[in-house]
Amino acid sequence: MRSAAAQKIICWLIRGMTYLIVLVIASIIIKVLWNGLPVINWEFLTTMPRRGGAEGGILPAIVGTLVLSLGTIIVALPLGMATAIYLSEYAKAGRFTRTVRLAIVTLAGVPSIVFGLFGLGLFVIFLRFGASIIAGCFTLACMILPIIIVASEEALRAVPKPLREGSLALGATKWQTIYKNVLPYSISGMLTGSILGIGRAAGETAPILLTVAAFYLPRLPKSIFDQVMALPYHLYVLATQHPDIEKVRPLQYGTALVLLVLVLGVNLVAIMLRIHIRKKYRW
Amino acid sequence: MKAVWKEKAIKLILWATASTSILIVIGIFVFVGKEAGHFAVEPGLKELLGSRWVPVSFQKESFGLLPLITGSLLVTALATLLTIPFGVGAAVYISELAKPTEREILKPFIEILAGIPSVVIGFFGLVVLVPLIKGIFNLSTGLTALAGAVLLALMAIPTVVSISEDAIRSVPASFKAASLALGASKMQTIWKVTVPAALPGIVAAVMLGIGRVIGETMAVMMVTGNAAVITASPFDSVRTMTATIAAEMGEVAFGSIHYRALFCVGIVLLLATFGLNIIAQKFLKRYRMG
Repeated sequence: MRSAAAQKIICWLIRGMTYLIVLVIASIIIKVLWNGLPVINWEFLTTMPRRGGAEGGILPAIVGTLVLSLGTIIVALPLGMATAIYLSEYAKAGRFTRTVRLAIVTLAGVPSIVFGLFGLGLFVIFLRFGASIIAGCFTLACMILPIIIVASEEALRAVPKPLREGSLALGATKWQTIYKNVLPYSISGMLTGSILGIGRAAGETAPILLTVAAFYLPRLPKSIFDQVMALPYHLYVLATQHPDIEKVRPLQYGTALVLLVLVLGVNLVAIMLRIHIRKKYRW
Repeated sequence: MKAVWKEKAIKLILWATASTSILIVIGIFVFVGKEAGHFAVEPGLKELLGSRWVPVSFQKESFGLLPLITGSLLVTALATLLTIPFGVGAAVYISELAKPTEREILKPFIEILAGIPSVVIGFFGLVVLVPLIKGIFNLSTGLTALAGAVLLALMAIPTVVSISEDAIRSVPASFKAASLALGASKMQTIWKVTVPAALPGIVAAVMLGIGRVIGETMAVMMVTGNAAVITASPFDSVRTMTATIAAEMGEVAFGSIHYRALFCVGIVLLLATFGLNIIAQKFLKRYRMG
């Protein structure tokens, strides 16, 4: 470092890079807000699309995304929480535990489109669910499982050891200890992680593309074996596949805004909850 | 005695749910590998080595993966070149130079980026970045490998910043204190002591970021132009492996050779990300132990 001037320059350089990232994020959000807000009205949110998506609302896509997120969490939450309880409370160091951990890390790294292929092969074709809500939910659940497991395990481990030891010393069994003395203090932390998982599931396109999403289906689903439209796929279709892309541009912004609000809103709730929990339990 | 049985049953149930993760991983390899296996028998894996991807043709289809692999590699390499300086630079700034309040705002804000759905980032790329690239470099189309790389870098940056920042912050304060006490400046300490000490964590962060980049589908599919050609120029259109699967799967007949070829693409992707992940974990373990 030859001089103080060189140091200053480097400092400003990385500061500039950091704020450039911030600027780009802000511009994505502002751009979508600015162009999307004028499109949003009651009709846009609550009516069916007409004429191949060129007119009308996006109700079936909103309902589709909500249904898929809900279904995914119903499948993934019990699985993820139970796995986390096993890993944090029961597992001993050994081959089985190592394999489970390797599996979780592997799952976290599998590309979303490969989950799509897996869902197509297993749920849609092998189990004969067809392209359906249930196939989509199972596929998305496999994808967000590692998020839920990792967050839940962290929440469980944050509960101090003496709480467990005290309970065991009083003669409670292991499960009674977990159920009465560990879960009550970690459940909100576990839910926080799961909310982040929902955000991921709601925004993903690639897996549902192969397992559930309908190109254009202006009606609401009647059973879990129906196909549905979904916000991310609808945005993709409007932005790249529609015959008149420029004309439906406002609808694209509107759809993008609804999706963004939904996903970021869900994440925001998770972050607020996390701050709240950290304040509530300080060991 | 009833209580003992209940305890045992609960433990068994929890053990069984923990094994579902393993079953899912096996299931992924089996169900993606099965169709790829059919392809290996007829028309044979040699078909995949070709340099032309022409899945639909009146004369002769060909399923050479080379253009798709080079497409993915080009976009990934460019994205990595952008991600490393920005990701690590921002991590260093946030952990070492930013004021405490600045840090409390910057980190969550950059992590918001991780929450934006990829299709929204792709849409932003389509309406903002693509015309920008077309204008700046005076190209006939902005749908290029470069556009895909910029979007992918954006998606990898939050991962890299978040994990690198943790790694840099976990460097013991005594290291820095010793360096400063020996008369090194703040910058010298950062680049010669703190960053090298955090290097395994930073490497792991970058590799996890790259893993995300290779597997990303929607954003690249929307902005790279999807031309299956072998090229090394950032200003050409390319077609990545992920985009190929997503774009073509809707139109193929179940059980056809084309259908199976797409599963072959999937298995290549799966093995690539699996390998990267294993290496990243090795580095992560090293920094956690250190």
